[in-house]
Amino acid sequence: MALMREPVLTFTEQGIFCPAGGFHIDPWRPVDRALITHGHADHARPGHRRYLATEAATPVIRHRLGEISIDTIRYGETRRIGGATVSFHPAGHIPGSAQVRVEVGGEVWVVSGDYKVAPDGLSEPFEPLRCHAFVSECTFGLPVFKWDDEARVRVALNDWWAANAAQGRASILGAYSLGKAQRLLAMLDAGTGPILTHGAVENTNEVLRAQGYALPGTLRVTPDLDPKAHPGALVVAPPSALGTPWARRFGPASTGFASGWMRLRGVRRRRAADRGFVISDHADWDGLQQAIEATGAEKIFVTHGYTDIFARWLTSRGFDAQVVPTEFGSDEDDSAEEAA
Amino acid sequence: MKDFARLFTAVDQTTKTTAKTKALTAFFTEAADDDKLWTVALFSGRRPRRAVTTTQLREWAAERAGIPLWLFEESYPIVGDLAETITLVLPPAERESDRPLSHWINDLRDLSKVEPEARKTRILAAWDELDTTERFLFNKLITGGFRIGVSRKIMTRALAQATGRDEANLAHRLMGGWTPESTSWHALIEAEDPEADESRPYPFYLAYQLDEAPETLGDPGDWLAEWKWDGIRGQLLLRGGGHHVWSRGEELMTDRFPELARAADFLPTGTAFDGEILAWDGTQPMPFNALQKRIGRKTVPKKLLTEAPVVMLAYDLLEVDGEDLRDRPLAERREKLDALLAGLPPEAPVRPSPRIAFDDWADLASTRAKARDFRAEGVMLKHRASPYLDGRRKGDWWKWKLDPLTVDAVMIYAQQGHGRRANLFTDFTFAAWDGNELVPFTKAYSGLTDAEFRQITAWVRRNTLQRFGPVRQVRPEQVFEIAFEGIHDSPRHKSGLALRFPRMARWRHDKPAQEANTLADLRQLLEAYG
Repeated sequence: MALMREPVLTFTEQGIFCPAGGFHIDPWRPVDRALITHGHADHARPGHRRYLATEAATPVIRHRLGEISIDTIRYGETRRIGGATVSFHPAGHIPGSAQVRVEVGGEVWVVSGDYKVAPDGLSEPFEPLRCHAFVSECTFGLPVFKWDDEARVRVALNDWWAANAAQGRASILGAYSLGKAQRLLAMLDAGTGPILTHGAVENTNEVLRAQGYALPGTLRVTPDLDPKAHPGALVVAPPSALGTPWARRFGPASTGFASGWMRLRGVRRRRAADRGFVISDHADWDGLQQAIEATGAEKIFVTHGYTDIFARWLTSRGFDAQVVPTEFGSDEDDSAEEAA
Repeated sequence: MKDFARLFTAVDQTTKTTAKTKALTAFFTEAADDDKLWTVALFSGRRPRRAVTTTQLREWAAERAGIPLWLFEESYPIVGDLAETITLVLPPAERESDRPLSHWINDLRDLSKVEPEARKTRILAAWDELDTTERFLFNKLITGGFRIGVSRKIMTRALAQATGRDEANLAHRLMGGWTPESTSWHALIEAEDPEADESRPYPFYLAYQLDEAPETLGDPGDWLAEWKWDGIRGQLLLRGGGHHVWSRGEELMTDRFPELARAADFLPTGTAFDGEILAWDGTQPMPFNALQKRIGRKTVPKKLLTEAPVVMLAYDLLEVDGEDLRDRPLAERREKLDALLAGLPPEAPVRPSPRIAFDDWADLASTRAKARDFRAEGVMLKHRASPYLDGRRKGDWWKWKLDPLTVDAVMIYAQQGHGRRANLFTDFTFAAWDGNELVPFTKAYSGLTDAEFRQITAWVRRNTLQRFGPVRQVRPEQVFEIAFEGIHDSPRHKSGLALRFPRMARWRHDKPAQEANTLADLRQLLEAYG
């Protein structure tokens, strides 16, 4: 009688584990060897003995985690770890983000990490991968989440800034310091006025600029910066800075917030920003379908988001879909919205 | 519809009252009369008659979106609003149009005249020529509930600014049972001598909660005190030989409380009272539970009329002999009220709500402490010189409620919120100890700050023991102080009791689960206050 073959990946207390390779992917408890999809805090955690991430993602991971033992890999490069062959492929989520492809004995599993399929002009565009089993996030796995065309949102964003500038108001845009902030910067018409950044955002900008990502010129807000010297400015700051004394220094201002959650009027109102822009670094409903179809996989594991509903939907479409409890999207102080 | 959509967007995008008023004023200045009339109607809770059912809307939307109905139904509670859910699942519009608001309302009204299959065709066609915001508003016209942060006060102020008319006069004109079908912009707002509407109530004057010590109100001699009842605030109008009963929510409740009809036997026509409708046992109010059975019943069975008869305890007199008394000082209105009601026989359904005599604030505080013994929830303080204003205003009227009852309870289940809290865990079930067992006794979903909700959400994600659909059973570790206004027995619940207005007063980080209250503690409270 043949022994039942162990699955390529298993789901453990520490996180997603590959028994053949003896490594974890984005583990949430300290492990020996961790493969990291991207630098967001719920995926790249401190305390692992060895890290492996893409060359593009590594500078930010180092910046956030400090002195760690990290090995890098190029997109598409294959590497043998124990009995497994692994490679990293663009996930389109943020600059440097990756899906992890794991092959054991001819069977291919892919862990999506966080992803979006539409290009954002800054991140390496999402690469569809054929596989037998796909571990997918589904943060926005409901049919109400559909993103507008990037070009339209770009116009709305720049019109808002221009209108504020014309009325002598600053525009303060809340965005997470890694990923969303830089994506927004890349969308701005720099001719409208000066762009100021909060220190947390500018620190990440510096790391990414050093890597060669093209970002517009920005000015770091320091205690001795005189806001009046920069009329009509657009200020990019982490959401937690909105409504604080830090933000009040800019005088009369309109506040904006960019997130996929802004698609819901209720969440938009809770944010109490003047404007909500529906801009997400996660796949929308159609993007999730598109990505899953493209894998050709029959087995789908859904991790964080509206998992139960999304798994039921996939099952009704003929997939073998299961919910996998993970601790992604649960760690930042503003966890539910860090997934924006 | 585009001008109405712009108005909606402008109002929806801001939390600033001045910006909302400005947008409304502009609309009331520029829009067509029919659109203005409908806008006033919609923002004051009126809506066109519904020609299609929400069930049909859901089915058609799911079909048009190419998703199964169950998936639509799962999405709806997360979005929290049916009109919005439909808007979001539909594919983008294929055409563009700019028909006025009143066109779409007439279109909806005419639906009742066509065959059911044709109704679907028309709704789908409408969805296909409206952009996202317009489509949301169109759906809202059908489903109702235009709660978009425009208070009656803001709307009336904008109307006053746009028309140059007196705000208080406009507020009164907008009261009562009019519909856009039964009136016109001119008749409602502009006509110099609009036909006096006999059933029209006065705008209610509402009190603020007193959060400071009463000493801040100055000389106790300037104030009248009375019980704050836990009933239904209402106006009883005796006019033209008939009577009308209005709730504070401007719902006509005349048929719901037939006992009040007899008021006309004892009191002259041309009289208007403001007071509290309460279930009455002959000498004092019955627990709110008794009145609860009457609420929501349009016609009242005889048995219930005997079990829970109502009276009005009147605390203000707004009109005598058809004359509006609202500008007179409260002390004078109250004198007239007491004189009018003095000596009425016990079967008269209107009684004066007793005044509470007090010498100083400490005296009143000790009376207030006994409010629960009188089935009251605190005391009201009203300045003797106060006119009867409209809306909620600070200064002359205050409610000084008792502190709520509280227990410490263990959270055992959590569920995600919807609407503005779609991505947070906000709905919780709490339990008390019965020996070694935790027995659920209440749910609560308010009272925490957004930051606390985010914190508890992260905790729930990490401490889920089991999932039952959207409900998660969590480790029984977190203790919350639950505040509530009342407690009564309820055989439907496993705990045998139910709370009134439960909410989370405090997250007791300091308290281990073992030290939470017991079911026996709750039964003691039931004994004392039920």
